[in-house]
Amino acid sequence: MTPTASLVRQAQDLQGRIRQAEGVGLASTTLETLPAFAGCLPGGALRTGAAYSVSGSTHLAMALLAGPSAAGAWCGVAGVPTFGAEAAAATGVDLSRTILVPDLGDQWTAVLAALIDVLAVIVVRPPLPVAGADAARLGARLRQRGATLVCLGEWPRSEAQLAVTDSDWLGLGAGHGHLLARRVTVTASSRAGGGRRVQLWLPGPDQRVRAVGADDSGRYGGRQHHGGGELHRSKAS
Amino acid sequence: MLTRTMVIWCPDWPVRAVIHLEGMPPTAPVAVFAKSKVFACSASARAEGVCRGMRMRDAQARCPELCVFDYDETLDARAFEPVLEAVEVLSPGVQLIRPGTCAVRAKGPSRFYGGERQAAAVLAERLVALGVDDCRIGVADGPFAAEQAARRAEQQDSFVIDKDGSAAFLHDIPIGVLDRPELVSLLLRLGLRTLGALAALAARDVVTRFGDEGAWAHRMATGRDERAVVARRAPPELVRHADFEPPLEQVDPIAFSMRSTAEAFVSALAHEGLVCTAVRIEVRTDDGCESGRTWLHPRWFDPHDLIDRIRWQLQGSPGPASGASAPVSQVRLVPEEVDLLGNHADGLWGGAPDERIHRALSRVQGMVGHEGVISAVLGGGRGTAERQTAVPWGDQLVPAKAPELPWPGSLPAPAPSTVYADPRPAVVVGVGGQPVGVTGRGVLTTEPARFCPTGGDELQPVQAWAGPWPVDERWWDPEQSRRYARFQMVGVDGSAWLLAVENGTWWTEARYD
Repeated sequence: MTPTASLVRQAQDLQGRIRQAEGVGLASTTLETLPAFAGCLPGGALRTGAAYSVSGSTHLAMALLAGPSAAGAWCGVAGVPTFGAEAAAATGVDLSRTILVPDLGDQWTAVLAALIDVLAVIVVRPPLPVAGADAARLGARLRQRGATLVCLGEWPRSEAQLAVTDSDWLGLGAGHGHLLARRVTVTASSRAGGGRRVQLWLPGPDQRVRAVGADDSGRYGGRQHHGGGELHRSKAS
Repeated sequence: MLTRTMVIWCPDWPVRAVIHLEGMPPTAPVAVFAKSKVFACSASARAEGVCRGMRMRDAQARCPELCVFDYDETLDARAFEPVLEAVEVLSPGVQLIRPGTCAVRAKGPSRFYGGERQAAAVLAERLVALGVDDCRIGVADGPFAAEQAARRAEQQDSFVIDKDGSAAFLHDIPIGVLDRPELVSLLLRLGLRTLGALAALAARDVVTRFGDEGAWAHRMATGRDERAVVARRAPPELVRHADFEPPLEQVDPIAFSMRSTAEAFVSALAHEGLVCTAVRIEVRTDDGCESGRTWLHPRWFDPHDLIDRIRWQLQGSPGPASGASAPVSQVRLVPEEVDLLGNHADGLWGGAPDERIHRALSRVQGMVGHEGVISAVLGGGRGTAERQTAVPWGDQLVPAKAPELPWPGSLPAPAPSTVYADPRPAVVVGVGGQPVGVTGRGVLTTEPARFCPTGGDELQPVQAWAGPWPVDERWWDPEQSRRYARFQMVGVDGSAWLLAVENGTWWTEARYD
């Protein structure tokens, strides 16, 4: 091993330890989060100063936003021009305290940093892949301001990665019915290691996001093409 | 104590104001309507038989070429402002009675110009020079008698009632000139047809029978109108403007040059104890074009906010580099809505948290533009995109379509979480690969078997679907009418989509992800 390589290795090692130390934030508190996420988020709720990455579902990000927003926090959605406000409101997001910045423009990190300064939770879809240096700078800002970031896509060194791996719609048949509810499997892997897997209603038949309980399997079980039929039966009875 | 009063009356003022605004010839038959009855009409329309209080249909039947306008009180008052200013130049202390009529104290001008007639002649000359060719002046004891005298005067002339002659002058005037319709109607039914008949009654009897209003009418009729002429206080000039010589093309120098103007604008308002919550920015370009836009503010404008708005307005409008169509020669700041400073004062322990948010969002608006930071408002509508309205931060949260209307044909819950503002092309084919369509009667030509919501070539099998749900919007309006049918589809990969077909073309409206 050349001396340069060993120096580089040493520097990387030190950086890793710094990051680990950063992760254990004493000042970090938890935010009001929907109880559905108790089983998949590390610590059972969103933490201030942390970044989370969500893939495969906008609705999942809305559900993460819904808890703090309903509790009175100012929230933001940046870089998502296709944000469905009606779905967000049905999930529990208070639109009067939600700021949308559909197009982040060229200087997206500057805009995001300005939003982090005042908003409690920000959902962001970065227009470009996030560089490690940008993520570190924004992460420091998040910890300083006590804000929480939910990234639609990859975020380097995120607190937890949530992904919808299986999605099962109910209510729609072969030419009849309409979409009613969806059962998803959310796979969560936290930075500390360890993955969890929970089943959620996203959204449930009552438009709320909640964990799939034991009593649900009998009523709405099965795949969607015949599941829709069962649901209709259960409503008719 | 009776005040010698000079009343200047410009007949048909609402009509004159409209004619002036529209740039029509003064002889055009014009009528101004309030509550769909004639409020005022021009002399040519009157010659055709149009009169005050007539219904619109009757008026148009008598005079088919009649130009019809709605009565606009503010336009009326605005148009009268130059007249007031002209009168003020000759005789300070003018009182606005109503747009078209004003009063001044006669004592000063008559002494200065050597008599009441002479003073009236000078005033009339001045107004004619201003372009008001029909003005009549009356001089009498008290504003009421003077106004009646003005109605008796010839065009551009004056009618002077001698001192203590008011009662005799008013004797034969019909009682209808009193501006109290209910009282007038009662007096007429009692047989009192002229002011003289009312004046002949004993004052005490009138008070016991008709109360305060009757006493007032009796005072007017006997020529004992003791109201004084109350001079108006000229409103403070709050509009500020900056002229650029030579005209500027770039936004940055304009914004920089406006800084002192904006500060003067805000401090002038603050001096009056006011803050501006809505401002109109008017931009005049070198080629004579004027454009304006009103900006609202969630709190109130400080100079920085004003500079930001000027920047956005100049950048936002289409055209060459500067945004405006030609170099900008003047920018005006007009306060549209003002509020008392006290209502917006900061609390003792600093402002509310919202204020901090507002400051930061204004900074973000500086980076991404005014329309770049928005709040979403839910409204009504059938399409998913039209159910949410994007309102720039700081503007009023008003949905584009009323949410409380029934909107038959809108989709049941859940709402899609991804809504494409601009629909994306999609492909839907049947089992044999033939395109799927919907007939005019809403019947599906073939069942959808495979689809691609992104418009590419990689079709995936349909796992479940429902539709067509027809939407037939505004069929009575050929320009805005739309007919399309919508489908919900779930692919085998578990993704759910909202698709629509119109005239055989498929597109993706939204995604349930």
